[in-house]
Amino acid sequence: MKKLFDTGCHVVAQAVKCADVDMVAAYPITPQTSVVEEIAALTESGEMNCRFLPVEGEHSAMAACVAAAAVGARAFTATSSQGLLYMHEVLHMASGCRFPLVMVNVNRAVFAPWTLWADHSDSLSQRDTGWLQLYCCSLQEVFNTILQAYYIAERVRIPVMVNMDGFILSHCRMIVNMPDQEIIDKFLQRQPNGWIANPANPSAYACVTGADLYPGFREELFNDTKNADKIIVEAASVYRDLTGFWDGDLIDTYRCDDADTFIVTIGSMAAEARLSIDLLREQGVKTGLIKIRSFRPFPAAALSAVLPDGARVMVLDRNYGLGTEGGIVFSELKASLFNRAAKIEIANQIMGIGGSDVNYQMMADAVTSAWDIRR
Amino acid sequence: MEQRNDFPSKYPVSYPVIGAGGDTGSWRMFRPEIDKDKCIKCLFCWIYCPDGVIDRDNLQINYDFCKGCGICAKECPRNAINMIREE
Repeated sequence: MKKLFDTGCHVVAQAVKCADVDMVAAYPITPQTSVVEEIAALTESGEMNCRFLPVEGEHSAMAACVAAAAVGARAFTATSSQGLLYMHEVLHMASGCRFPLVMVNVNRAVFAPWTLWADHSDSLSQRDTGWLQLYCCSLQEVFNTILQAYYIAERVRIPVMVNMDGFILSHCRMIVNMPDQEIIDKFLQRQPNGWIANPANPSAYACVTGADLYPGFREELFNDTKNADKIIVEAASVYRDLTGFWDGDLIDTYRCDDADTFIVTIGSMAAEARLSIDLLREQGVKTGLIKIRSFRPFPAAALSAVLPDGARVMVLDRNYGLGTEGGIVFSELKASLFNRAAKIEIANQIMGIGGSDVNYQMMADAVTSAWDIRR
Repeated sequence: MEQRNDFPSKYPVSYPVIGAGGDTGSWRMFRPEIDKDKCIKCLFCWIYCPDGVIDRDNLQINYDFCKGCGICAKECPRNAINMIREE
């Protein structure tokens, strides 16, 4: 086991190297830029055996990854904010074609007005593109999750987006333990290809389909996306058996066993929220934390299993669900628990927009003020 | 690289077969006819034909699929191909 002490962006590059990726196409955008710089440097020096394609924009980056996957290559890209939005139509193509791509999205708020700092409005606005979405709260988890993402994508044949908060994770240095390469190779054994382009046996792919064929493909994608939860759980548990690391599977929980009050959140806020739980526990509030690790597929059953009847749930959203009652995670959680709605109280607090600071005190305050808890 | 033909339904793949596009010869307004006396067998018509309906060996045109686009007649260096209006 090798120890790495580096920034989030460089940890991403190391994980991509360990994953034995064949082709990277990417375009730099703050705060993802040093992912691209580091991968370019590693491929240039020969330290990383991979083709690096410096494309002219994110639309092309995703198109190049789709093309690489079409000949059976393990491909990767990274982006952020406007770059992710610029990829939008090709994201649909990647999932509809069932290509097992992995992308790191360094979460950054969206234009307008211009901003560079973290929130989740970029990735959450891509929630219906058919990509699986995983969210990380530490650099160790980022490293582990990139490897797990390839395990998942190559089995369910659906692309996976790994999300990490801009600057908070991308530019922060943390110690990351890298499992030995032989263990990673064992974890990430190449899977049989689905369809790939082959000049010896020519075929056309994803051609025009009428109302007789199109619905079947979309229904299959819908079902496979939903059922990907089993493979996400499997990936986490196989990875734990091989490396000893555990970041949760669909969700991760902290002090939930006897809790009646819960904080639910995603991304780096889930790391800080542990301190809020400890603080509230000291003050006598039986609080637990649920970190949503897989936003797509949404872990409705796993969440419901943790929440007892009568639970009070505070959803902390780092985004605005424009035109809805609050944040996007809040809406999703409420919808997924609708049949139990009479028995569970769900409140919402939006914080951390555009990189504004979030600390454990603020999260604890959100809980106590929502239910008028005296401290 | 491994190649599969037994794809599950999740992959929208299709393989080329003759006549997959239907009876495209019926679209034709003008039919190309090769004047064998003028023809020097340069194979320009064969290589330019966008539908691959000209046989390389005997220069027979498959009128079931020839759409009558006239590219062969345009490219022929000896003007050996006449476009004749279909009745």
